[in-house]
Amino acid sequence: MIGRLFKFHGGIKPAAHKDESAKAPIRRAPLPARLIVPLRQSTRATATCIVEIGQTVLKGQCIGEPEGFLGTAVHAPTSGTVVDIAPHTMAHASALQTRCVVIEPDGEERWIEHAPFDYHGASRDESLAWLRACGIVGMGGATFPSHVKLGKGAGIETLILNGGECEPWITCDDRLMRERAADILAGAVILRELIGAREMVVGIEDNKPEAIAAMQDAAAASGHGVRIVPIPSLYPAGGEKQLIRVLTGIEIPYGKLGGDYGVQCFNVGTAHAVYRAIAHGEPLLSRIVTLTGNVEDAGNWEVLIGTPIEELLQLARPKPDTDRSIMGGPMMGFALPRLDVPIVKGSNCIISASPTLFPPPPPEQPCIRCTECAKACPAELQPFELYWFGRSKNFGKAQEYNLFDCIECGCCAYVCPSHIPLVDYFRFSKSEIWARERDKSAADQARERFEFRNFRQEREKAEKAAKLAAKAAETRAKLAEGGEAPAPKTAAEPGEDPKKALIAAALARAQAQKAEVKPQNTDNLSADKLAEIADIEARRLAAAVTAPAADATPGADTPAATVAVDAESRN
Amino acid sequence: MITALLVMAGIAIVLGAALGYAAIRFRVEGDPLVEKIDAILPQTQCGQCGFPGCKPYAQAIANGEADINQCPPGGDEGVRKLADLLGREFKPLSEEHGIEKPKAVAVIDEQTCIGCTLCIQACPVDAIVGAAKQMHTVVEPLCTGCELCVAPCPVDCIAMVPIAETVQTWKWKYPVVEIRKAA
Repeated sequence: MIGRLFKFHGGIKPAAHKDESAKAPIRRAPLPARLIVPLRQSTRATATCIVEIGQTVLKGQCIGEPEGFLGTAVHAPTSGTVVDIAPHTMAHASALQTRCVVIEPDGEERWIEHAPFDYHGASRDESLAWLRACGIVGMGGATFPSHVKLGKGAGIETLILNGGECEPWITCDDRLMRERAADILAGAVILRELIGAREMVVGIEDNKPEAIAAMQDAAAASGHGVRIVPIPSLYPAGGEKQLIRVLTGIEIPYGKLGGDYGVQCFNVGTAHAVYRAIAHGEPLLSRIVTLTGNVEDAGNWEVLIGTPIEELLQLARPKPDTDRSIMGGPMMGFALPRLDVPIVKGSNCIISASPTLFPPPPPEQPCIRCTECAKACPAELQPFELYWFGRSKNFGKAQEYNLFDCIECGCCAYVCPSHIPLVDYFRFSKSEIWARERDKSAADQARERFEFRNFRQEREKAEKAAKLAAKAAETRAKLAEGGEAPAPKTAAEPGEDPKKALIAAALARAQAQKAEVKPQNTDNLSADKLAEIADIEARRLAAAVTAPAADATPGADTPAATVAVDAESRN
Repeated sequence: MITALLVMAGIAIVLGAALGYAAIRFRVEGDPLVEKIDAILPQTQCGQCGFPGCKPYAQAIANGEADINQCPPGGDEGVRKLADLLGREFKPLSEEHGIEKPKAVAVIDEQTCIGCTLCIQACPVDAIVGAAKQMHTVVEPLCTGCELCVAPCPVDCIAMVPIAETVQTWKWKYPVVEIRKAA
């Protein structure tokens, strides 16, 4: 394949601001006082906690079993004691809480026993299960589980390593490629084998010449036939579909993924994590985080998952006029609702923002339909139309205009001369549509269940009626066959009212039974016994005569006794 | 003259026959309008509208027996959708039928439950499991929050708990233009 490059539609060239943090090598962040490890590492999936408060955990010990198809395991980033398992605010724009395991490090960094995984000797499924157990997810920010992305392992021709890192300010992948190029390539080779791709391409934006050089050296040394391709710096060239387009010329249509066209894309950080998991048996415990923006000492740090951002920021010494922190890049990131949230697997960058560095956007003005946004859109959408539909909550129409192809890259809002926060409208529309779909499926389920319940009740009623009818018919048949005793009464009004007839028959039967019943202990009695009985009878008669006089309200609370006495007196 | 009459009569007969045939051939089972209305209703089956379920209410709306603002779970948005569908004026929810509340699910206090099965019989979507003299519980994902089980409970052990927002159900807010003081 020749090194021809393609172009994607639109794109912008914002100021890169990469130099601030790219100069210094990666430093290891010190152990924080407490690690807050969220069991939910992304909105997508969560993990089941398998540790208890007070339990001692080792570095790399699994603390959360993956839940569901998209779940991956969560591990203790260092050795220490679990001091709490409680809800804690997560690094998400919603500022909602999620269950976190709080670990107090003992400072010894004692590893759990771990060994390299022989993926040549294991089946593909075992290898994928291993990656899942190691908690490997996409490190580019979306944290999509890698074992799912590796898929069925068929039909993938080209494996693309994404070293684009097109967002301004972020340099974590840049530094990683400069310093650990050989490890990244080793991980990429593992990924290539697992996915069964023939070709492997690493796309790196050409504003990172050192990273390109380092990767090229490593590629030459490894001899695996990896192509390192510098691509023009144009935001968002690091977007998955955009990178695929640039490197292969394939345009992924609406609703399809790269995998459907024989191309799969992994971040360089993911390849590095895969290498650590397979070649060293180490689960994903840390990641490289860029600390930059309005700080004294910008740079990249290797940070344990669960490190509170508050503590981490102190390493970069934010300047006093810092008014907020942005997680992710300035284009796609979000302002952190609070600073005590922990670093998760997808946190690639924390930017300290100040009013001078990131001036507040000028007020939103009406759309003038200049279509600058449509020219800039890398997904070839018409953001101004989507904006109208989102604004008027006409979500059906927004979907017709392929709202879900929007990658929320922010190019449209960047070029908008009216300073309309277009992406905010798109995010709003998307989450409203999702909520509606959830409501709709719940309503459909409720309707189905309600209708089935009505059907069931009708059926039960019919069954009961049928049963009663059958029983009545049976009784009638029995009566017709033989009982002479109840004949006079039943024959009196034949067929006039079957119910009455049945009741009459039952009454007659009961009377007949009563007549048949005789006391069983009255035969063969001795003279003494007979005398005794006579005596008792006499006493009872006397009592029956005096009782009503003695007690004004006989049998009010002992009806059974009264009935018995009545029966006796009648006899 | 006669020919013209015959021709006209002939055309009328042919077209009449065609229409008649089409009426039988393309007959629509049920009332499609009822289905459309029913699709808008939230399927809570709560009966707050005065009808025993969403379908009967949809039927009543289609027949002109009920107004479109009697469904509190559907809220003002539901009324608006019904107004759009039926070409009527929007009107606010009628207060006698209740007010719009945040979504909630029924939760049975299992310590207090005596196992009387009354709530099971009341639940319109069979979302409560249990048996006589056995503890009952609500299958949360199936509960529509209709509150029909609350009243029959003889020991008042059913509470309506609003559904908490999670990261997965959280929604981005409608962008609001911030008004700042001019510097």
